[in-house]
Amino acid sequence: MNTIYLDNNATTKIAPEAFDEMIPYLTDLYGNPSSMHTFGGSLHNKIEEARERVAALIGAELDEIIFTSCGTESDNTALMSAVESYPQKRHIITTRVEHPAVFNFAKHLARKGFRVTFIPVDSFGRLDMDAFSKALDDDVVVVSVMYANNESGVIFPIEEIGEILKERKIIFHTDAVQAVGKLPIDVKKLPVDMLSLSGHKIHAPKGIGALYLRRGTRFYPYIIGGHQENGRRAGTENIASIIGLGKACELAAKNIKKEVAYVSALRDKLEKRLMELCPDVRVNGDRENRLPNTTNMSFEYVEGEAILLRSNEYGICASSGSACTSGSLEPSRVLRAMGVPFTAIHGSIRFSLSRYNTEEEIDTVIEIMPKIIKQLRELSPFGKEKIKK
Amino acid sequence: MTMVYYRSTMWDYTKKVKELFLKPKNVGEIENPDAVGEVGSMICGDALRLTLKIDKETNKIRDAKFQTFGCASAIASSSALTELIKGKTLDEALKITNQDIAKYLGGLPKEKMHCSVMGTEALEDAIVNFRGEKKPEAEEKIVCECFEVSEEKIRKVAIENHLTTVEEITNYTKAGGGCGSCIPVIEAILRDIWFVKPITEKPTRPKKLTNLQKIALIQDVIEKEIRPRLQADGGDIELIDIEGNKVVIGLRGMCVGCLMGDVTVKGIEDKLKELVSEDITVEVG
Repeated sequence: MNTIYLDNNATTKIAPEAFDEMIPYLTDLYGNPSSMHTFGGSLHNKIEEARERVAALIGAELDEIIFTSCGTESDNTALMSAVESYPQKRHIITTRVEHPAVFNFAKHLARKGFRVTFIPVDSFGRLDMDAFSKALDDDVVVVSVMYANNESGVIFPIEEIGEILKERKIIFHTDAVQAVGKLPIDVKKLPVDMLSLSGHKIHAPKGIGALYLRRGTRFYPYIIGGHQENGRRAGTENIASIIGLGKACELAAKNIKKEVAYVSALRDKLEKRLMELCPDVRVNGDRENRLPNTTNMSFEYVEGEAILLRSNEYGICASSGSACTSGSLEPSRVLRAMGVPFTAIHGSIRFSLSRYNTEEEIDTVIEIMPKIIKQLRELSPFGKEKIKK
Repeated sequence: MTMVYYRSTMWDYTKKVKELFLKPKNVGEIENPDAVGEVGSMICGDALRLTLKIDKETNKIRDAKFQTFGCASAIASSSALTELIKGKTLDEALKITNQDIAKYLGGLPKEKMHCSVMGTEALEDAIVNFRGEKKPEAEEKIVCECFEVSEEKIRKVAIENHLTTVEEITNYTKAGGGCGSCIPVIEAILRDIWFVKPITEKPTRPKKLTNLQKIALIQDVIEKEIRPRLQADGGDIELIDIEGNKVVIGLRGMCVGCLMGDVTVKGIEDKLKELVSEDITVEVG
């Protein structure tokens, strides 16, 4: 049975080109770039080459890229750096739908005595800009708003928020883990001070990420130790993964336009056909303004785990916001914040595509998924009369 | 608030669960059933509707069918239940416990035990309906508002499965797995069942408080009872003013803009009513 992987917002396949470039640095070339001898020291150039490729993808300068171990570390570093740099300010603004890397870190800071405002979203998953404006005050140390949401795919008005914050000289961080490589991003034009990205969401390996730090932004390191990354992130460099990330960024930059068109066409086909074939389906989130690879659909009267595990029998991989899959008894925090009815959250399925998906795969899902939904609805005490109408 | 972290995958389920989930037995609805049992709701995330055909002379269950909204283990548990009860008399069927359902399935992940409990509940509901013994709903005292779990159910499941911790109660009944505000009540119920220690006596309230005594007591309750709980959840409270019986407070940290803000204020008011005076009202300043 072939795997049909439609869970690319969770993680992605390593691009073969990236993997090939990594191999020598996992085997023969194992030196430490901080060493004086050529065997180790010469590896430094490879790190800088990767840094150039990462910088190029988002329009950054070389010295604005700090390699980290993952997206979560980038997010934690950004928030911690801001609060360490401006110790007199005690108010943090973020959103109710952030990734746990920001959301739970903000809660952690709240426990340490910071005031944290979580900006709500509307039923389409769009940020409440009025609430955002009202929350701003002179005590704000950092605003952290994700570029695009991992569950709904909805894109936030980062430019608009950035302009407001630039005027007020407030540090602005965006968790762009889901957006980098899927949307064109140019930090020359985008008014953000810090931006997080993650390797394994863009066909690089797990265990590597980066933080963009605009020149002139005050910075305080989170991981403290040696002099690596210009003293901004200690720890011996994860060379192979850094090289993998560099190559993945180069591939993304080269193909982004083509890929957006390709992936969004497949996503749209999947969504459109499933809506035609399954009654009582809704799409969660703003369809006009979301990631090209993501659709979050709710199948009423059935439960997400059951859908996923039956799909699993056909090799289809996706995610759900249902309680049984959320890691607690409560369903998805993001969909709840959007006011999606509980009944619809339990049956929510997120499909997230990548360049490696084929039309054939999508056709298979279009064929199988409605059957699974129908079977489960026949099992459900709520399904019958509703479907008859 | 205790968070229950788990993530079930196909790997956590036994072969039997997988089998009965993918190819469930006795699915559907019996026409003109003699008894119908219903538990759960679409909002809670799982629900089961059980229909039975009962031989009136022998009191034997001739046929049983189910419809389930829920995850893989909920579907498999429902199917297991119908297999277990077919051919049994009502009295025999009532002796089936959630442990029997779990055993039939070769075991369930501990966080999914509530699925087996749902099975026995539906059966009881059906038989009670059949015998016309339905109790008025007002008798039920709801402990967990999020998942509508009654004290009676918590007691029954705790005793039958020898559950001694809140986490176990959540795994078996879901109670306490939502906002978490009922956790102290569940703890008290568990203490009561297992006699771990007597339920802590409420501090006795002086009959008539002077204004100064009342202000001091309010401050004391906020400091000792309320603030530590809010801080544990990343929030904080500020006492702004006391005018007679009206207490004006400010919520800080995570409480600001928190989804549970209204619930928090209600909880604070209840605590002050309990420990200071019935007449206290709380407002956010």
